[in-house]
Amino acid sequence: MSILVNKATRVVVQGITGKEGSFHAMQCKAYGTQIVAGVTPGKAGQEVDGVPVFNTVQEAVKHTEATTSLIFVPPAFAADAILEAADAGIWLIVCITEGIPVNDMVQVKRALQSTPSRLIGPNCPGIITADECKIGIMPGFIHRKGRVGVISRSGTLTYEAVNQLTNLGLGETTCIGIGGDPIIGTGYIDLLQMFEEDPETEAVVLIGEIGGDAEERAAVFIKGNMTKPVIAFIAGITAPPGRRMGHAGAIITGGKGTAAEKMMALEAAGVRVVRNPAEIGVTVKSVLDG
Amino acid sequence: MNIHEFQAKRLFAQFGIPVPRGKEIKSVRAAEKWVAALDTPVYVVKAQIHAGGRGKAGGVKLTKHREEVPKLAKELLGKTLVTHQTGPKGRKVRRLLIEEGADIAKELYLGLLVDRDSGRPTFVASTEGGMDIEEVAARTPEKVLKEAVDPAVGFQAHNGRNLAFGLGLPQIEPAVVSPFIAMLDNLYRLFLEKDASLVEINPLVITTEKTLLALDGKISLDDNGLFKHPDLQKLRDLHEEEPLEIEASQHNLNYVKLDGNIGCMVNGAGLAMATMDVIKLAGSEPANFLDVGGGATKETVAAGFRILLKDPHVKGIFINIFGGIVRCERIAHGVIEAAREVGITLPVVVRLQGTNAEEGRRLLLDSGLTVDVATDLWEAAQKIVQMTSAK
Repeated sequence: MSILVNKATRVVVQGITGKEGSFHAMQCKAYGTQIVAGVTPGKAGQEVDGVPVFNTVQEAVKHTEATTSLIFVPPAFAADAILEAADAGIWLIVCITEGIPVNDMVQVKRALQSTPSRLIGPNCPGIITADECKIGIMPGFIHRKGRVGVISRSGTLTYEAVNQLTNLGLGETTCIGIGGDPIIGTGYIDLLQMFEEDPETEAVVLIGEIGGDAEERAAVFIKGNMTKPVIAFIAGITAPPGRRMGHAGAIITGGKGTAAEKMMALEAAGVRVVRNPAEIGVTVKSVLDG
Repeated sequence: MNIHEFQAKRLFAQFGIPVPRGKEIKSVRAAEKWVAALDTPVYVVKAQIHAGGRGKAGGVKLTKHREEVPKLAKELLGKTLVTHQTGPKGRKVRRLLIEEGADIAKELYLGLLVDRDSGRPTFVASTEGGMDIEEVAARTPEKVLKEAVDPAVGFQAHNGRNLAFGLGLPQIEPAVVSPFIAMLDNLYRLFLEKDASLVEINPLVITTEKTLLALDGKISLDDNGLFKHPDLQKLRDLHEEEPLEIEASQHNLNYVKLDGNIGCMVNGAGLAMATMDVIKLAGSEPANFLDVGGGATKETVAAGFRILLKDPHVKGIFINIFGGIVRCERIAHGVIEAAREVGITLPVVVRLQGTNAEEGRRLLLDSGLTVDVATDLWEAAQKIVQMTSAK
């Protein structure tokens, strides 16, 4: 078992003829993901690595029964691409694009509320179920099927944690990058709930960072709802207030959103908070070995 | 991107939000000329820098005498203001806003930003204007009202009524209730049309003539939305930014200068923050945040080196790369070439992990460069801290 995606997931790649899109579509396919279609307006009839290209997501869905979409469309057109996927009945939309205007995402988030579609991202590495299905830009080879679920606002920092889990022989079930933007589709809480219900996931690693209060809200949820252990790392204890640290959402504003506050909230909820990012793996191991 | 108060007020005026008559002034001569035309009981001279706390730092002067204005302008222009937001170095005043004063009956607070959790534009309002809103919220949370707007339909009159009645405006001054609601509508339009991430009027004053006036104004624009607005891009003031950060942005590098002495170069924002944190855990302080991005080529690494070396506080460099799609041996090549090109003499620790890390490490060891190579993050951090504290 796993959450959200597995071997059977059928994926359409929006922006598949672009440099990024074609490269990563092939990487995902090589990992074993069923990349069944691509979409680039005006390029129907072409193929990318044997994957048929369609003009619209609607046509791609009609011909290939894709249920999940992976988006590599430039920021100015990404909001439209997400809404196009939802409109075509795609139920899981994974948007990698970085740099989408916040107000575009405000509209998208509101519009998605009246659809059954779920959005992961934007500005994220994607989602992977180890040894089954990779929908994103993460290096597949560091993942091994195993016992730990991972939820993170970051990219390479997630790889760092996953690599530690794999090297210690713990392995992962599903790893999700939820995105570094202020407005994202799916937050910690929904995913924590799914991991709680997933029989194969024995523990969850939550990787947060400065900015917003998503980690504080997750802490409240964990306290009331999680029976499985949660291990957390929060990046940015050394980050100065008022400065944006790379991610659009990583900024301490008005004294709110500090790493210290988040760590305190998580610790108060019974979460094991790791201070040293090099010790995420060993901490999970010690918690699971009990 | 932040803009100056005078620029924010210009945008306010474009959207029908009342502001005092005023002008951007860059010289004493211009000040003389402008006040000659400005007839008002009180003149206000305000330093224009991108930082709050100007009043307390002596950056805002009032006078009833027209002839004093040029003197005040002379005093402020070129002065370095140190506020709680500028850091100890302060910020040099290069321009002023000289405007008419107002007869204040009551000060309010009004702000608009996107609430991250609900994803909705949300007004924040308070009867405690002219103060730090975070302090008001901490001390008297009941005095801070919030009103979210449904982005599907936009601002509605009932959003305005909720705030107006919630604040008790009919009791304070019934004449401003309708203008207040209209102002909220205008502010919402400005927010959307200009892709703002924060609009703040503090204080929003009710004058003794029973009118509303935006006495101060702050607008932060969403960097990701700027591509839609060539007019707003021109409002960027490079004087308000750290020179090294400007240079980094020209190379598409994400750099934030800090106060420590270990320069870091990392791929990915989250890992870059975690690397800063681990340096602190190891007993030192990071000199910067630097994300060279997933691509990390020879060119970006070289540009990164140059920027790190320009910071005189940097005593050593810590490169932390997690090779995913980007292979470590390519990054090692980049580091070697860049280090030769730039001529690095400081201690450098390179930590490579991920795709082809072993090959990358071997390349670095065989390069003849005096770089230390590591696999483990914690070991690498301790190493660079040791090397720099021994010096």
